[in-house]
Amino acid sequence: MALSGIQIYKLLPQTNCKECGFPTCLAFAMKLAAKQAELAACPYVTEESRKQLAESAAPPIRLITLKAAGGEIKAGNETVLFRHEKTFFNKAGLFVKVKASDGAEAIKAEVAKANAYKVNYVGIELCVDGFAVEADGGDFSAAVKAVRSATKRPLILVGKDTAVLDAGLAALPGENPMLCGADASNWEAMADLAKKYSASLTVSGASLDELADLTAKIQAKGVEDMALEVKGDNLSQNLSLATQLRRLALKSNFRPLGYPLVTFTEGGNGRDAVAAAQAISKYAGFVVLPRFAAELFYPLLVLRQNIYTDPQKPIQVQPGIYEINNPKPESPVLVTTNFSITYFSIANEVEGSGLPAWLVVCDAEGMSVLTAWAAGKFDSERIAKTIKTMDVASKVSRKRIVIPGHVAVLSGELEAELPDWEIRVGPREAVDVPAFMKQALI
Amino acid sequence: MPIEIPKDKWPGKIRTVTLGATAAEGGTRSKTVAIGGEASLPFMHFENPTPNPPLVAIEIKDRKPEDWSPLLAEVWSEAMNDPGAWAKAAEATGADLILLALSVTGADGKPNTPDAAVAATKAVLGATGLPLLVYGPGQVELDNELLVPVAEATRGERLVLGICEDKNYRTIVATAMANGHLVTARAPMDVNLSKQLNILISDMGMPADRILMDPTTGALGYGIEYGYSVMERLRLAALQGDAMTQGPMIVTPGFEAWKTKESKVGEGVPESWGDWKERAINWETVTAVALIETGATIVVLRHPESVKRVHRAIEELMAV
Repeated sequence: MALSGIQIYKLLPQTNCKECGFPTCLAFAMKLAAKQAELAACPYVTEESRKQLAESAAPPIRLITLKAAGGEIKAGNETVLFRHEKTFFNKAGLFVKVKASDGAEAIKAEVAKANAYKVNYVGIELCVDGFAVEADGGDFSAAVKAVRSATKRPLILVGKDTAVLDAGLAALPGENPMLCGADASNWEAMADLAKKYSASLTVSGASLDELADLTAKIQAKGVEDMALEVKGDNLSQNLSLATQLRRLALKSNFRPLGYPLVTFTEGGNGRDAVAAAQAISKYAGFVVLPRFAAELFYPLLVLRQNIYTDPQKPIQVQPGIYEINNPKPESPVLVTTNFSITYFSIANEVEGSGLPAWLVVCDAEGMSVLTAWAAGKFDSERIAKTIKTMDVASKVSRKRIVIPGHVAVLSGELEAELPDWEIRVGPREAVDVPAFMKQALI
Repeated sequence: MPIEIPKDKWPGKIRTVTLGATAAEGGTRSKTVAIGGEASLPFMHFENPTPNPPLVAIEIKDRKPEDWSPLLAEVWSEAMNDPGAWAKAAEATGADLILLALSVTGADGKPNTPDAAVAATKAVLGATGLPLLVYGPGQVELDNELLVPVAEATRGERLVLGICEDKNYRTIVATAMANGHLVTARAPMDVNLSKQLNILISDMGMPADRILMDPTTGALGYGIEYGYSVMERLRLAALQGDAMTQGPMIVTPGFEAWKTKESKVGEGVPESWGDWKERAINWETVTAVALIETGATIVVLRHPESVKRVHRAIEELMAV
């Protein structure tokens, strides 16, 4: 837990030597507590104090990083139970699992497919974060090599038998993979292996008591980077376990369980989507799915973007006049708000339709059409002001603007505010805009 | 290392609300259902039991909607032409509740009429024994014009009438009070506005255990995070003891998900979106499950396969 200024002061030399740049040790301690100074500025602090202070400054959920030539994935460092309290920081990594028993060729094909996948969501390119390889029989080393030949992204190696896993890890020189499968039966050998290959180690236990014992013992062997496997029998147990672990880390500051969580999802008929969705919203650092399919990953990647958006900063686009498909003076003027999801929905539809248009994005403080309207940030006055200050009239020969169907009620007032403009009411949803433009805007 | 699990202790709890009335209670439903009653965050069974599972309502219309996705038209097929048949099909799919959404216009293109609305409601009541929710088309004058006769013709059924919003709640609340029904109060994704509307409706004399709260939600990819956090905050406020946020929450992930391009259409979309039908079902299901885990008590869905998957998720979440 973070120490107060007074607690820190007690650990300092208390000589007021001023070499840190502050007039007294107490002033320096206060700055340290506020995280506005670095302990390194004090040349006389004892080794013992330095250790205590470092421990108190450590985050309640350890940050771990998986690294490979193709990138790195971080998990941990989270500080809240609910995203509205601040924000969630390190987006849960979404991994695809393959099994060694499937054989090198099949593995290669599956991984290559998932590795090539990318999808655009509101201008952000999303993809699969990495792969897990399960040692379930067959040539594990060949399986890991097959995966590595098809992707450069970080890997998780899953198994219980350390001799087998060793052969797999040996195929990943210079990386920081994750090793998954330590439990009461094999923790010592797994810890040695993790250390040997600079891998982080995922631990599971039959109970939280046992799990905490294991992480303490593994840490004593010198492995710091761990993760905890959430291994309930059903969604209910997983939700309770993940919540308990997050609370223990954040509210009780219980170090032995202050590590990121890993969830493996199972089950056909859409259960894997549901289980992964729960893990993304409720605290997983890594979510490992048993298969890749675009129609499964796209919604999950979007959910993760949504949950990890900073609630204090709505994602916005710059207000302004956006030209779509090279509009001409006679092209229509469409009006919307600067909430980025709203903007991209409309912009993508119009772009896809091939029809030219001027898209006027009003500053509605980053809110969607309905929300902004309800909050008084997207009314006739604001729209009229935007049209005037952006001098839209200078771009067009036909003074005609289309407002979203959700704010049809504004059309009367807007006619009064913009007397020389024709005001048209468009559809409520972006998806219907192309049809509207073709049929109604002749 | 014995560990003490941190448990939350809350002074407040979610209000228990009963939907529908049997013959003995003055209605015609074959059973009533209770929702709410939780004294913890959703599914924290290690703190307090969850007395009632969340429920799935299926949304049907009084006539075949023209703007629904072809995937929905395909799965409901002929039943969409007759609200009674549609309600029966929905019940057979496993719905816990039916939500009848009245259309703006009749098949002839003219505005919907009170007679037609009453007839559709009665057809649904006759076809299924499940408790029913009836929502107007969402236009102030038409809502009032249609919902008042519906409420009167179904006196004592404990229907849920909606949607009450700050600009139009008085008429709906008055008729619900006079005829023994419940109401849905919808506020636009804001904790204080939700609370405010509940206060206004309570001030009219409506008992609190006859009000459902709809905090409004966005679909996955289209603002779900806003509704998600508002719902978490409402649930926390309720548990902290704020009486005007303790109503059970009803949300409409079916409506929200099926208006997104991802669900609605299969052509002219990026290949990276994958198989249309499976994507659409995932879109609806993931939206619904995320909201159930923030505290939604009723989710209103549209596709039978989503209903099945959400039910399976609820069953797992209710396991102790």
